[in-house]
Amino acid sequence: MIEKTKQKTLFRLVLIMLLSALAAGLGYVVLSLPTQAPGLSEQVTANLVRSGVSNPVTAVLLNFRGYDTLLEMGVLLLALVGVWSLGGIPEQRKSSPPGPVLDMLARLLVPLLILVAGYLLWVGAYAPGGAFQAGAVLAAAGVLLLLAGWRPGTRFSGLPLRIALVTGLGIFVAVGMALILLERRLLEYSPSFAGALILLIEVAASLSIGITLAALFLGGRPEVEPRR
Amino acid sequence: MSHVFLYALVGVGLFTLGLYALIVHPHLLRKILAINVMGSGVFLVLVALAARTGGAVPDPVPHAMVITGIVVAISATALALALMLRVQVEVGQAGLPEERLE
Repeated sequence: MIEKTKQKTLFRLVLIMLLSALAAGLGYVVLSLPTQAPGLSEQVTANLVRSGVSNPVTAVLLNFRGYDTLLEMGVLLLALVGVWSLGGIPEQRKSSPPGPVLDMLARLLVPLLILVAGYLLWVGAYAPGGAFQAGAVLAAAGVLLLLAGWRPGTRFSGLPLRIALVTGLGIFVAVGMALILLERRLLEYSPSFAGALILLIEVAASLSIGITLAALFLGGRPEVEPRR
Repeated sequence: MSHVFLYALVGVGLFTLGLYALIVHPHLLRKILAINVMGSGVFLVLVALAARTGGAVPDPVPHAMVITGIVVAISATALALALMLRVQVEVGQAGLPEERLE
C-alpha cells in the first residue's frame, strides 16, 4: 500500500515536471511572437463598408467568414442529435418543487431576458453583441424556466420544436443557395442587401441557438405526443 | 504591450493546469471540466494576441474564432455530459477505474 502511494507521488512529480516543461515551451513561443502584428485587421477595416454592418466581429462572423458560422450551427445541431440519440430525458431524482423565490425570479427575469436578447441581436450590427450573445441569453431564459419546473408540452416537443431547432441552419443554407443561384458564390452578399440578409440570418440563428442550448440542458429527447 | 503577453501567459498557465487535472483525476466530470479549462486558456491566448494591432481596435478575426470556439466547446461539453450520465447509468459510476501503475 505504501509502495503504491509512493508510486503515485512519483508519477505526479514526473507529470508536473513534464507539464512545467510544456508550459515553459509554450510560454517561450508566446513571448517570441512579434509585439506588433496587425493580422487581418487591415483587410477587415478596408472591406467593412461593403459588409453591411459596422461591427468588425459581426462582419467577420457572418460575412467574411460565414462558412465558419454556418458549420458551427451544424455542430450545434449535431451535438443535440447526439444527445437525443442517447435516449429520453434522464430520470430526475425526487426533487422538491421550486420555492417561491425561484418561481417569482423566473417570472420576472424571463421577459427581461427575452428583451435583452432582442437588444443584443439588434446592437450586434454596430457594437459588441450579435446572434450568439442573443442566443446565449435566450438559452439562459430557457434554462431558468426548466429549473423552475416548466417542461415543454408534448404538443410542442414534436414537429414545432424540430422546426425551431433547424430554422437557423435552414435559413443560413437557404440564403447561401439563393446567392449561388444569383451567380455569386456561397454566402457572398451584394453590399446593398448584406445588412438585411445578415439580420435575417442572425434572427433565425439566435432563436435556434437559444432553443438548442436549452434543449441540450434538458439532457435528452423530450416525450412526443403519440400519433393517433 | 507587455500586458498582452501577460494575458497570453495566463492562458498558457490555464491550459497546463487543465491538462494536469485531465490526466490526474479519474472522475469523468472532472475531466470534462479540465478540458473546458484548457479551452478557456486557448481562448485567452487568442484574444490576448489579437490586441497586438497597435491601434485601438483589436484584430476581429481571432475574436470571431473565439466566439465560434465557445459555441463548439459548449456543444461538445453538453454531449460529453450526456455521455457521462449514460456511463453512470450503464456502469454505476462516472469515473474511470482506479489507475494501476505496474
